[in-house]
Amino acid sequence: MSLELLTILINALKVVVVISLVLVTVMILTLMERKISGWIQNRYGPNRVGWGGILQPVADGVKFFTKEDVIPGHVDRFLYFMAPAIALVPALMTFAIVPFGDQMNFFLFGHEITLQFQLVDLNVGILYFVSIASLGVYGLIVGGFGSNNKYSMLGGLRSSAQMISYEIPMGLAIIAVVMLSGSLRLNDVVMEQAGLWNVVRQPLGFIIFVVAAFAETNRLPFDLPEAEQELVGGYHTEYSSMKFSSFMIAEYSNLITSSALITTLYFGGWQVPGLELLSLPIWLEQVLQILAFLVKTAFFIFLYMWVRWTFPRFRYDQLMNLGWKSMLPLALLNIVLTGAWIAYF
Amino acid sequence: MVELILFWVFALLAVGGAFGVVVHPNPAKSALLLVLTFFALAGEYVLLMAHFIAIVHVAVYAGAIMVLFLFVIMLLNVPEETRTSRLWGIMRYAGFSLAIILFAEIGYFGFKGFQTAYVQETDLGTVERIGQALFSKYVLPFEIASILLLVAMLGALYLSKRKLEIVGDGKAAPAGKKAEEVLVEE
Repeated sequence: MSLELLTILINALKVVVVISLVLVTVMILTLMERKISGWIQNRYGPNRVGWGGILQPVADGVKFFTKEDVIPGHVDRFLYFMAPAIALVPALMTFAIVPFGDQMNFFLFGHEITLQFQLVDLNVGILYFVSIASLGVYGLIVGGFGSNNKYSMLGGLRSSAQMISYEIPMGLAIIAVVMLSGSLRLNDVVMEQAGLWNVVRQPLGFIIFVVAAFAETNRLPFDLPEAEQELVGGYHTEYSSMKFSSFMIAEYSNLITSSALITTLYFGGWQVPGLELLSLPIWLEQVLQILAFLVKTAFFIFLYMWVRWTFPRFRYDQLMNLGWKSMLPLALLNIVLTGAWIAYF
Repeated sequence: MVELILFWVFALLAVGGAFGVVVHPNPAKSALLLVLTFFALAGEYVLLMAHFIAIVHVAVYAGAIMVLFLFVIMLLNVPEETRTSRLWGIMRYAGFSLAIILFAEIGYFGFKGFQTAYVQETDLGTVERIGQALFSKYVLPFEIASILLLVAMLGALYLSKRKLEIVGDGKAAPAGKKAEEVLVEE
């Protein structure tokens, strides 16, 4: 087998494995969210399907597939059909640049192969995430506009203004990280944190990034586009069965990717401090590194769910004030401070 | 071969999308078609190995500017366009023939340029190369562009704060008072 063919096969396999893992994690998260909500509110959560409710996501999936797909008569059919797809595709695309392990060399069919635990190692790296994540909002806007319903329209309007406002502090927080690493490649960002994690060097940037990530993923306390008390369901009011489910899958995939990015940018990615001191065999070290990445990411996913039941929703003017009047100046200050740090040390 | 197929796919999407932007009567759908055009153009940039330009193009135009466009269109609830001008009958023929002449000109010069020049370096579009160019050779135009943006931003702020009246010596009047009153007091 030639080296080229082998590389293509390995890359294709990586894509399939990673995307399936993301989708399976989405399934697990739907159960996890309900269980954690139950735990926080001192109740059981779903506990009927399977052992202690463990098969609830399967039941939900079957329900979504078999339910009637209601298409209201007043919608713009083309936009209405496109919106869930437009929301889902960028959500699944962004995970491609997240590095979840160190690279690994091995021999296969007589060729030396370098396996990177990352789908693509782009030169533009983190910028890819910024640009593709900003496309996800089109799903919400198109869904809100195509539904031809005032609640949906308001949801779409809110999401467009919210995304614009919170992309800027997020981008500025990322710039400070890039200033420290000197590279946009996420692998370099992770490598550079071997000595000291960025959360120690960039506490302000970390807080700004996390708040902006909450707003970008439409999670509470920033879930204004779907605020159910005021807007029924916001942009997905008119959607049912798998179309509704596509929006949910997109939301949970965004949640996974942003948790993975918080880990990568601020918590050392797959690095485990002091692991090389133990002088373990190389394969064990790599397995531990991937596990460390998964544990860190899982913690941030838990943080998302924890915050959901801790903070009330912002009012819309509060959201805009926070974004433009507090977070933007703070993010700029953070860049200045980072520049001073680099100049001093 | 793959590049050629991708080129044609993106080229058809870009041209078709741009045509749709002009002819579609619904402003919101026109804006969405413009997003498609930007995306197809970004695909062409990637084929030219200009990854940075492609990504920034998507982030700025598709991700930010067009979202604001759609926000305004949805906020104002712009109705579908209808043809009101009676000149349409004549203008249709004049416009189409002018467009064909323009395309022929651009195509001719583009083809001539294509025969003589081609991209020799493949790392021309990387972040490092663009950064080096921007902060050494083109640092003055880069800074001037930033000042231009600042001026535009101040202008937008001034226009949106029309209620803020300016007193004679350039100071803003305190809230709740008209500029004339302040002048009289002084």
